[in-house]
Amino acid sequence: MGEAIVITSGKGGVGKTTTTANLGAALAQAGRKVALVDADIGLRNLDVVMGLENRIVYDLVDVVEGFAKLKNALIKDKRFENLYLLPAAQTRDKTAVSPEQMAELVGRLKDEFDYVLVDSPAGIEQGFRNAVAGADKALVVATPEVSSVRDADRIIGLLEAQEKHKPSLIINRIRPNMVRRGDMMDIDDMIEILAIELLGVVPEDETIVVSTNRGEPAVLNPQSRAGEAYRNITRRLMGEDVPLFKLEEESGFLGRIRKLMGLRG
Amino acid sequence: MFDLLARVFGREESSKTVAKERLRLVLVHDRTSLSPETLEHLKDDLIRVISEYLEIDDHGFRVDVARQDDSMALVANIPVKWVKRPAP
Ligand SMILES: Nc1ncnc2c1ncn2[C@@H]1O[C@H](COP(=O)(O)OP(=O)(O)O)[C@@H](O)[C@H]1O
Ligand SMILES: [Mg+2]
Repeated sequence: MGEAIVITSGKGGVGKTTTTANLGAALAQAGRKVALVDADIGLRNLDVVMGLENRIVYDLVDVVEGFAKLKNALIKDKRFENLYLLPAAQTRDKTAVSPEQMAELVGRLKDEFDYVLVDSPAGIEQGFRNAVAGADKALVVATPEVSSVRDADRIIGLLEAQEKHKPSLIINRIRPNMVRRGDMMDIDDMIEILAIELLGVVPEDETIVVSTNRGEPAVLNPQSRAGEAYRNITRRLMGEDVPLFKLEEESGFLGRIRKLMGLRG
Repeated sequence: MFDLLARVFGREESSKTVAKERLRLVLVHDRTSLSPETLEHLKDDLIRVISEYLEIDDHGFRVDVARQDDSMALVANIPVKWVKRPAP
């Protein structure tokens, strides 16, 4: 029996899809059997971020409506031993699926896979409710900006009201140089405000754009700093105790203290 | 550089400090915005608990969240009809 994890945020464009793709790829690299579910019905994107857009035959709504078998709708990612994508429908909207149907679908995937990662749409409406319906755990993605943190706070409140597993936080697009000059909230600021457990921090990184252009998750690129961050997050997800790495540290209070004391590295 | 100096001498707050302050205030409001359903539930629960001690007028019963700057209060107006005799 696998674990279902929803990746959500409230606000759009903060990196949910990027995170889903990279965690999925890194889990598969680590030998886990993974299913990615694009729950952003009507605005699907996980397929293009993964570079699998040309192989879609059936989608999530086809499966829910009994029009296609689940195993026929799952696209196998040939770069990995055990990574599959269930794409969202593009020509339907969120009301085509109910939370109960989503929970049932995710439950079936959990029978087959070690991890089921659900990419949530933005918002707090039905699309969000569908995405969290079958999840055992939630990861909240937020960028160090006022609007993103505010929306994350709202989402955390909704998740906690559902008495799900306490959500954990992924901070995305942090820019250590801006943090250093006091023009961006740091890790400690965000944890203090949101009061949830931190799973990891991903830097602002051009290689994300390049990898999205190519449809190759950044974790496949050993040079990518964001890829390295996602690999660390993946190990923490699998239960390993991985300390915050240098960049993550530098973006926080500890990093600043170290800098002041000249204790670099 | 001037920016940095201004900050060092405390003339200008860093933008992240401003961001944090603004977030704090906005979240106090966001977190205490009870939905109409939640408020209805709260009201029903209050009526149930208070009725164990006092006979109250359900119709005149009003509950609201009042906010002022960065604090809030739960304000209830509960017309009492009759005080029950304490249980022996
Ligand atoms: N760490 C990062 N560094 C640079 N660009 C990023 C990073 N994370 C996300 N992006 C970019 O931000 C945009 C939105 O990301 P996406 O994952 O689609 O967000 P969401 O799914 O939350 O709407 C994309 O163009 C993506 O390439
Ligand atoms: Mg997305």
